[in-house]
Amino acid sequence: MAQEHAAPIHGEDEGTTTGLNHRKMLMWAFLGSDCMFFGSLIATYLVYQGKSLEGPLPIDVFDIPVTSISTFVLLMSSMSMVLAYSALTKNNMKGFRIWMVSTAIMGATFIGFQVYEFSSFANHHVEVDCVNPGELTKYEQHIFDEGCASGEAHAESHEGLKPQTNLFGTTFYTLTGFHGAHVTLGIVWLLSLLLLSFKKGVITPEKNLDVDLAALYWHFVDVVWIVIFTVVYLFGVFPGF
Amino acid sequence: MSQELSAKEHTGHPTAGQYFRIAVILCAITAVEVGIFYLEFLGHWMIPILFTLSAFKFALVAMYYMHLKFDHKLFTYMFVAGFILAACVISFLLLLFGVYS
Repeated sequence: MAQEHAAPIHGEDEGTTTGLNHRKMLMWAFLGSDCMFFGSLIATYLVYQGKSLEGPLPIDVFDIPVTSISTFVLLMSSMSMVLAYSALTKNNMKGFRIWMVSTAIMGATFIGFQVYEFSSFANHHVEVDCVNPGELTKYEQHIFDEGCASGEAHAESHEGLKPQTNLFGTTFYTLTGFHGAHVTLGIVWLLSLLLLSFKKGVITPEKNLDVDLAALYWHFVDVVWIVIFTVVYLFGVFPGF
Repeated sequence: MSQELSAKEHTGHPTAGQYFRIAVILCAITAVEVGIFYLEFLGHWMIPILFTLSAFKFALVAMYYMHLKFDHKLFTYMFVAGFILAACVISFLLLLFGVYS
């Protein structure tokens, strides 16, 4: 049954001194080092958490439902990626291409969400009712104190959150921006492999290491986002953190 | 012999059905995380709960989607070494800057 052809597992019995595939080992070494890279960025974000002198702060700008949807999209792209690899190892090239395209589309969708988020943060607009202000965040209270003192009915700010606005803006955009850059690079990688798959003999069930490495990279980008979503977004809005 | 069974026998990797089930679990955990986030009565318990759920998701993706559960252990050691070092960097930086105090 040709369709059930078994692809080799890369990483073992490769005829190297370790018996492991060197390219795959290098990929894992890179992912380990990238863990430290993102660990440093997350640590910097946490160290400066709550130390911004002025707003907007996480509670003012984060939209958890929107970020939850983008997280869902990225998780689904990981499933799509692993199904692409699975299809390739079964010599199902049509399935491989379909899943690769869907992975790239979901990755692009995630980037779209990030562009929307960055744009809405940068153009963040706050309006406070001076007569019935209700429950205010620290930043809104600051706007209330400054804008309502002269007897105005409303106080507003068009400051927005930019990298230079405060420590939160700097560390947030650096961390999520680098993650977005990783996702973008991953999309380019996936599309390159997709194009190469149309060239005869370049990507086959036997020669699947290129796809395997791209898949590892893509899943790594996913696990980094799992951490960012919890530590930056959910903890960021939690008042006790 | 089904294709899924064949794939599992030959490569030791999960089947498409198992990948789908893992995706469902990942989405369910994310939904629970977001749900828990809105349960204000949990107070500070929210942090360890969310942290545990996040770690579980991380482990699921690393073990099954990244195939660490099925590949050579040296790959796991290389990745985990980087992860532990990153965790140490985060912990010591937070300690150094007095975030815990």
